[in-house]
Amino acid sequence: MITAAVPERENYLNNAYGIKSWLLTRDHKRIGLLYLFTVTLFFFLGGAFATMIRIELLTPQGNFVSSETYNKLFTMHGVAMIFFFLIPAIPATLGNFFLPMMIGARDLAFPRINLLSWYLLVIGGLFSLFAMLAGGVDTGWTFYTPYSTTYSNSWVIATALGIFISGFSSILTGLNFIVTVHRMRAPGMTWMRMPLFVWSHYATALIQVLGTPVVAVTIILLFCERVFHIGIFDPTLGGDPVLFQHMFWFYSHPAVYIMILPAMGIVSELVSVFSRKPVFGYQFVAYASMAIAVLGFLVWGHHLFVSTQSVYAALVFSFLSYFVAIPSAIKVFNWTATLYKGSISFATPMLYAFGFIGLFTIGGLTGLFVAALGFDVHVTDTYFVVAHFHYIMVGGTIMAYLGGLHYWWPKITGRMYPEGWAKLSALIIFLGFNLTFFPQFILGYLGMPRRYHVYPDEFQVLHVLSTAGASVLAVGYLMPMIYFIWSLRYGKVASANPWGATGLEWQTPSPPPVHNFDVTPIVTHDAYDYSTVIGQEVEVG
Amino acid sequence: MSEHIDSVKTYALVFAALIAATVGTTAVAFVDLGPFSVVVALLIAVCKMLLVALFFMHVRHSTRLTRLVVLGGLLWLLILIALTMGDILTRNWVGVPGR
Ligand code: HEM
Ligand SMILES: [Cu+2]
Repeated sequence: MITAAVPERENYLNNAYGIKSWLLTRDHKRIGLLYLFTVTLFFFLGGAFATMIRIELLTPQGNFVSSETYNKLFTMHGVAMIFFFLIPAIPATLGNFFLPMMIGARDLAFPRINLLSWYLLVIGGLFSLFAMLAGGVDTGWTFYTPYSTTYSNSWVIATALGIFISGFSSILTGLNFIVTVHRMRAPGMTWMRMPLFVWSHYATALIQVLGTPVVAVTIILLFCERVFHIGIFDPTLGGDPVLFQHMFWFYSHPAVYIMILPAMGIVSELVSVFSRKPVFGYQFVAYASMAIAVLGFLVWGHHLFVSTQSVYAALVFSFLSYFVAIPSAIKVFNWTATLYKGSISFATPMLYAFGFIGLFTIGGLTGLFVAALGFDVHVTDTYFVVAHFHYIMVGGTIMAYLGGLHYWWPKITGRMYPEGWAKLSALIIFLGFNLTFFPQFILGYLGMPRRYHVYPDEFQVLHVLSTAGASVLAVGYLMPMIYFIWSLRYGKVASANPWGATGLEWQTPSPPPVHNFDVTPIVTHDAYDYSTVIGQEVEVG
Repeated sequence: MSEHIDSVKTYALVFAALIAATVGTTAVAFVDLGPFSVVVALLIAVCKMLLVALFFMHVRHSTRLTRLVVLGGLLWLLILIALTMGDILTRNWVGVPGR
């Protein structure tokens, strides 16, 4: 073989080296990778806590850890996974990297703020983690009063302050996205030509900016009550503990859409590319994201059905919860309709997209079950709810996240991942996921409460199945870790547009140059117009 | 930036008004108005908020989009308060045995 002495083309990875070139970078692509590294760490940390939870639940007796330790484990699992993995996972990594590229911009509107937001996540995350480990926080990720005030130590407040800090990371990311979408679109990139990934991130950003300050205020109020004894949530001081739940869920229900909307954005891209058709009803899907963002703010009371909330309020919240299902269903139906008569390829990202659609549908439909007042009284605080949200967050968000990572891996790194291994791991994840969480629906329906580690003998079979599934799932998650790293060196070199996709991010070399495009692109077509790529060679699929 | 900037005098006046309102809030706290204490305190606070937003934060001279953002924030605050009060005010409509 003759190795040509052509110097390597300059790109965002090789234009500078050394630790400072990363820690002080203002390049959205590098910051995206910093986030990728960080959230992966938190994912495996949260996974370690989950492993211990599942081991404990193998037997009906509490014989692996004490009750206190068990409470701490599920708290640390929830906090790490929700606040430090799921919330930033897609927007701050893939969103950061690709939102500017997809609209033809050279960077986000505020590159320095983008870097700041990464530091805030890291500082907040380490702070919370330290507080939880040092102080043994056992309130669950929801920090309900009076657990978190009257009956707790001050480490709870410290943990919450870590979340407060990382909340600003989320707000700043959202702000950056909003301004970028408004101000930095390339010539010709009208709103109705934006890829749906961008639309869903725009909707997400609105939630981040409008919702997160409320959880920040709530944490400050907790702090004030704890430190200055101002009565806000404590009845003996004239406060109302349910007020905490209102304020917490005003943020945290919309927050579940911070986790799922970006995932939906990825799925829209994948479904279109791998069936080589424009997304069916593009405008409906775009507006559905906006509708979810707004309606998502009107339903939080469905978490308070058994918390002495007024039945009249409960009725209204239950009713409104059914409205959120409409835009979600529009998306599912439109993705399915996109497949119709498409030229479908079963490449790994598409497998993940299929996984997402099925599992999200189950998760979303069971959301409607628990939004029904009567049914919820039966299953609230049981494993049914645990299964509901894991179907959405793990079956939905993480599936889409992995699908997106595989899809954009060639663009990010300039290398292809190994397709065979990737398909295998997607299959293992799908099977492992269902084996882990489907039994939990049954467990919950039969009455197994969440957050307990001692349970009646008759539940053991289902718990053992669930733990077995979790082991399979763990293998499935470790595999991409290994072959992604492997591919950095040994993967096939990727071309600019290996999937024959239409997005602007594919119209520039892989990995992209520092400023994304050598010349500013001019957009003349709709987002998913495959006539623009006809005749281009597709490498895979 | 090419935006309109108010004169120093305007800023000084607004600042004086804010201080006066603060003094007002404190003074009212010493008068027993029953449930209206809260109402008066909140009214003064809203006026102060408007002064800060309109003058100090330049919303008065901002684009329509910026105003929309401000209004959106207020609307969301309204949602938070309205639906929460929807619970709190109707909690005792249904009699609870023993209460
Ligand atoms: C289709 C729309 C949805 C509806 C109608 C819905 C409804 C509900 C209801 C009523 C509950 C409370 C159950 C209870 O505690 O008794 C609940 C819990 C939960 N849902 Fe959903 N949900 C939906 C979508 C989602 C999505 C998209 C996510 C996540 C991305 C999610 C995550 C959660 C979580 C984390 C909880 C449990 C919170 C806790 O720890 O108590 N849900 N959902
Ligand atoms: Cu909810």
